[in-house]
This record gives sequence, C-alpha cells and structure tokens, in this order.
Amino acid sequence: MHKLWLIIKREYLTRVKSKTFLLTTFLTPVGILAFILILGWIMSYKSDKTVNILVKDEAGILEATPVTNKKFVLKFEDANLETLKGKVKDEAYQGLLYLPKLDSIGVSNYKAWYYADKTLDLESTYSLSSTIRSKIKEFKMRKMGLRAEQLRLLKTHVSIDPEPLSEGVEDKSSMAGVVASAVGGVMGYFMFIIIIMYGTMIMRSVSEEKINRIVEIIISSVKPFYLMLGKIIGVGGVGFTQLAIWLVTVPLVMFGANRFLGVDTHPTVGVKGKIPAEVTSSLMEKATQVMTELGHMNWWIILPVFIFFFIAGYLMYAALFAALGSAIGEDMNDAQSLTFPVMLPIIISTYIMFSVIKEPHSPLAFWSSLFPLTSPIIMPVRAVYDTPWWQLLLSMAILAITVVGLVWLSGRIYRIGILMYGKKASYKDLIKWIRTK
Amino acid sequence: MLQIDHVKKAFHNHQALKGVSFEVPKGIIFGLLGPNGAGKTTLIRIITGIFMPDEGQVLMDGQTYTGLRYSGLGYLPEERGLYKKMKVGPQLVYLTELKGVPHDVAKSRVVAWMKKFDILSWWNKKIEELSKGMQQKVQFIATVAPEPQLLILDEPFTGLDPVNTNLIKDEIRRLRDEGVSIIFSTHRMEQVEEICENIVLINAGEKILDGEVTEIKDRFKKQLYMVKYKGELPETFKSQFEMVEDTPGTLTVRLPDGQTGALLRALADSPVEVSSFKEVLPTLNEIFIQLVTNDHHA
Repeated sequence: MHKLWLIIKREYLTRVKSKTFLLTTFLTPVGILAFILILGWIMSYKSDKTVNILVKDEAGILEATPVTNKKFVLKFEDANLETLKGKVKDEAYQGLLYLPKLDSIGVSNYKAWYYADKTLDLESTYSLSSTIRSKIKEFKMRKMGLRAEQLRLLKTHVSIDPEPLSEGVEDKSSMAGVVASAVGGVMGYFMFIIIIMYGTMIMRSVSEEKINRIVEIIISSVKPFYLMLGKIIGVGGVGFTQLAIWLVTVPLVMFGANRFLGVDTHPTVGVKGKIPAEVTSSLMEKATQVMTELGHMNWWIILPVFIFFFIAGYLMYAALFAALGSAIGEDMNDAQSLTFPVMLPIIISTYIMFSVIKEPHSPLAFWSSLFPLTSPIIMPVRAVYDTPWWQLLLSMAILAITVVGLVWLSGRIYRIGILMYGKKASYKDLIKWIRTK
Repeated sequence: MLQIDHVKKAFHNHQALKGVSFEVPKGIIFGLLGPNGAGKTTLIRIITGIFMPDEGQVLMDGQTYTGLRYSGLGYLPEERGLYKKMKVGPQLVYLTELKGVPHDVAKSRVVAWMKKFDILSWWNKKIEELSKGMQQKVQFIATVAPEPQLLILDEPFTGLDPVNTNLIKDEIRRLRDEGVSIIFSTHRMEQVEEICENIVLINAGEKILDGEVTEIKDRFKKQLYMVKYKGELPETFKSQFEMVEDTPGTLTVRLPDGQTGALLRALADSPVEVSSFKEVLPTLNEIFIQLVTNDHHA
C-alpha cells in the first residue's frame, strides 16, 4: 500500500508542479476573463463622434417630440429634396434623412431615406431606425387616441404553472423544466469533458512510460496493477485539484468581470428606451423562480449521485484508456483505431443526453442510464428529474460491478501490453493478453 | 543463492524457455550469455518477477521467490528508462523508495552514490538535459542504491566511455566483494572473460553450457602450445610435432597427451632462442561461436 501511495504521490505532484498544469489551470479563468472583456469591449465599442443629420420630416414624427439620443444632432428643415441635398454638401452634415409622409396609421412598413456618400454604420442605423420606430408608435397612439396606460393594459404575459395532481408531490414553478435541463446538461457535459481530457492524459502517460522503458524498472519493484491504479488515482487527483481551483476562480473572475462590465456596458444601446416596468418585474420573477427551483432540487440526491457517477465513470474510462495506452507502440497514430471503440460510447452518451433532457423518462433514457458505458453521463442528468430510487440504485450497482470488472480486465491487458514492443496490437491481441496467465 | 529450476515459458506458439536450470552462487559475478533470441530477456524477466514461469521455479536461498522478488533485487534493463522530465535527485530517491527503502535512508544513499560518482551537482537537472552516458550513470545508481542482494545487469557498459566503464566495473567488483550476487548479461565476450567467475550459455531456450570460466576454458582447450623464438628451426624439429601454425618466429603445436616435456626438451636442443612458451586457451568468444553454431546444425 505504501508503494501505491508513492506512485499516486509522484503522478500527482509531477503533474501539479508542471508548467502545463499551472498554465492551463490559472490561464483558463484569465482566458475567460479576457474573452469576456474583449467581447464587452467589442459590444460596447462606439465612436463618440456625434452625427449631424439634416432631416426633412414630412411625416412630422420626429419633430413633434424632442429626440433624446445624444448621438445624433438633428436639424429640421422643410425644403425641396434637391436643395437639401446641396445643403448637406455645403454645410458640414453627414447626411440627409428624409421621412416621407405617413399615409395612414395602418402602415406596417415604413421606409425612410438616408442620403449620404458615406453610409451610416450598423449601430447608428439601428439606433436611428429604432428611434423612428418608437416615434411612429407614439404618433399612431396619438392618432388612435390611445394612452400608454391603455397599451400596457393590452399586454398579457402567459405562463403555464405545473401543479401536482396528488398530494405530497412538490409544487413547482414554470421554470422547473428549464432549470432542471440546464443543471442536467451542465453536469452531463462536464462528465464528458473530464472523461475525454483525463482519459487521454492517462493513455499518453502510459504509452510514454512504455516507450521509454521505465516500466521495466518500476514493475520489478511494484506490481503492474498498482502502477496502473496509482496513475489513475494520481491523475484523478490532478483533475479534482484543477476543478476545485476553477470552481473558485472562474465564478470570481465572472463576478469581477460582470461588475466591471456592469459599469462599462450600460450606455451601449443607442436609444435610452427604459426597460418597461412589466418586463423588469417578469425578469425579477424569473430570477427568483430559478433560485427557488435550484433550492427545490433534491441536492442531497443529485450531488451524491453526481459524485458517485463522476468517480466511477472516471475510474472505468481511465482504466480502459490505460489499457489502450499499454497497447500502443512507438507510433501514436496507432492510437486512433484502438481508441475509437472506447470513445464511441462517450460521444453517443452526449447525444443521448440531449434527448434525455427533453424526455427524462423515455425508454431510451431508462436503458441508457442503466447501461454502464453510458450511465456515468446519463444518470446524473436523469437524477435531476425525480428518477425512482430503484433505478438509481440499480444503475449504481451495475456501474460499480462493471468498474471492478473493467479495471481488472484493463489491469490484465496493461501488465502484458507494457512489455510488448514492436508490432501494433489489435483488439484480438488484447483479448489474448487478458487470457494470458 | 539463486536457483533456476527447470524453468519453462511459452508465448502463444513460441517456446522461449525449454526447461532451464542453473545456480548462481552468492557473491560472484555470473555471466548470462546467449545469442540474440536465445531467451535471455525472458529468463531475466522471470528472475525479476515480471513474468511468471509456466513450469519450474526460481528459488532464493531455497525459498520460493515471489516474496523476495521486489526488495532484494536490482535490475538494470538493456533498454534504459528514466522519467525524462523528472529531476535526477528526486527520481533516484523515488525509485529507491519504491524498493521499500524509507525516504530519509533512500535520500542519504542517493546522495552518497552521487558524491561517489561526482555528479551531485546534477541533483536538480532533468534527465532529458543529460547525455546518454550521463543517464547511464544515473541509471546505475538507480539500480544499486536500494542495496539489492541480487543484481541483474543487462549490457551495463553500452554507451559509456572507457573511464566510466572502469568506474562501473570497479563498483561491480566491490559489490561482489560485499557479497552481492551479480548476473551480468552481455554479448561482449571479452568483458565476460574479464569480470565473470561463472557463466551459463543458453541457446534457443536451452542451457548448453555452464560452470566456472577457468574450468570451461580448460574443458574446451585443444592442447595447443605457442612458442615464440628467435633464430631458425631445423626441419627435423618440425617433423617431430603436429604443427598448427608455423610462421617465422612463432610456432603453435598440438600436444595430444599434453606432454610438454618432449617439446621443451627439443627446443632446448635446437639452436633457437625461446622468448615465450605458453598454453593456448580458447577464448570464450571461440567457445561461444563453436557451441552456438554446432547447436544450430544439430
């Protein structure tokens, strides 16, 4: 046991101390921050130059009420279009906006014209057109004799709130489905990334040890199985460490970025149309619903289930990848044909996952959450949706037995594989190695 | 000390060892010889415990070997291997600890060996920064620092310059004097002749020869004697003996019954001045080639 501990320690420490680890672990949050900042900067980018526009407002929509947008300086003038065009050129106007007469209040498409040698940029165009749109709306309201109050009364937001049929079942809000699928999806995707990332890391490390022949020295001291196990546990520890660091740093960075951008991105939208009160209240309501739904979730089931499937799934796939690593020769290209059958269930699982999020209790969801090669990704997703206890326990039992079996089988392949040099191994060889005494 | 008892090992359809038996006495340097593909590596892997034999057993001091296989044994494989990205010092301590040596003891032993080889300054260097010969020295320390009772060295001198070769040779002899049994596997017969007391020769999975080096040479000698002289030997002299080689100044003669007296007397009566007279013993190389080629023809 002491030797196993030594191996775990070495596998863990050499990785955690390596430059690659430090870089990926600490640069990932920085990278995310940089991404957010750059995105924020691009989104908030605007020239602070004001645009001087000459307006011929035949419809009388812009003139009626003052325009509050600071970006534009509008000069109204009623003259012949051609004279005004000349005026744009003579005086320092960027362009001429021509708003033709509104025929009736029933107009659903309204076309205005903008004369200039340099077209307006996208944001200004959008900003200008939305200003006109809101002015037309006011204009129409005036014509129809509607008040803003009445308009608001016409608007109704509809949501369907699920209510339990029988007593004792928890009451849920309309956000339940969305929140559950988000939580499930995040967990499933997370599993996928971890298995692929650390699985291939183990595979590469095993084949490196084989190729540089250090295994011969190690396994004259330690049983091959312990070397494999030590590596799997050590690398798993590295994964946990990295996740723990990310769990702390990424939200911190996100929070910081949000605050930073919260100050910076506000004045981006050109039209300072206030968010209507009803939208704000429904957003608030949604946010509280999300929070209460998160609070309503059976975390004391979901978390242990997630951790169990996370560890078991990692162990199973790590062992398989270790076995593959031992079968790879000097040529890393050989790896592809060998790894494909192991990658396949992982990739299929993620596709099944999306269907499970939509229909968590379908036969596909049921069977794929019991099948041990897909259950590590599928079952945590299903656990979010009140999956019956017996299914959870059955799936865990099947997976546990499979993990033990596959780790044992991988150990048998590994112990022969690491000493086999030369020709590329096939799956037929692997089966032969399992049988070898 | 180490007893190999009718060891058989087969891979799929190939019988690598067909029942090999020999004994390695305590405190000697024992040569394990054989042509390529003879089964040496398989045998070494069985002795190190990497493989289990199909039949037969390996005994250490009369005990079955499995318990001892990890701690009392040092193995320097032919294909060297160290963690390239790990530093020299920590790596040696790690490999020593893996043999069951406590951390502090392992560390002080590694320091002592590195001092002895004058490479203590490499402690914080990564293996990949070292030259092949330098790595070889590190690898040797990795093998001996756990203080094994049985040392298996597979081609320990490849890649080393003459100075370092002698350094390692001296260490091997010193370890032998301290009672360590050393199995030395190589193709370089002159090295075997120089440092081995006993040898075993295996070919195609079978033992074809074993014993003490001096005794084996004696067994394979062809009663040849070589005389170096100055002057002219008369034809009458030459006709008395069975000439194997006759060039001016050198004469090789076969004396079937080993009666050197007649030859010496005849030389004394001849007009030449004898500068040397010695028995010609076969080199291990010649014995090796003779046995292996005969074995193939058989």
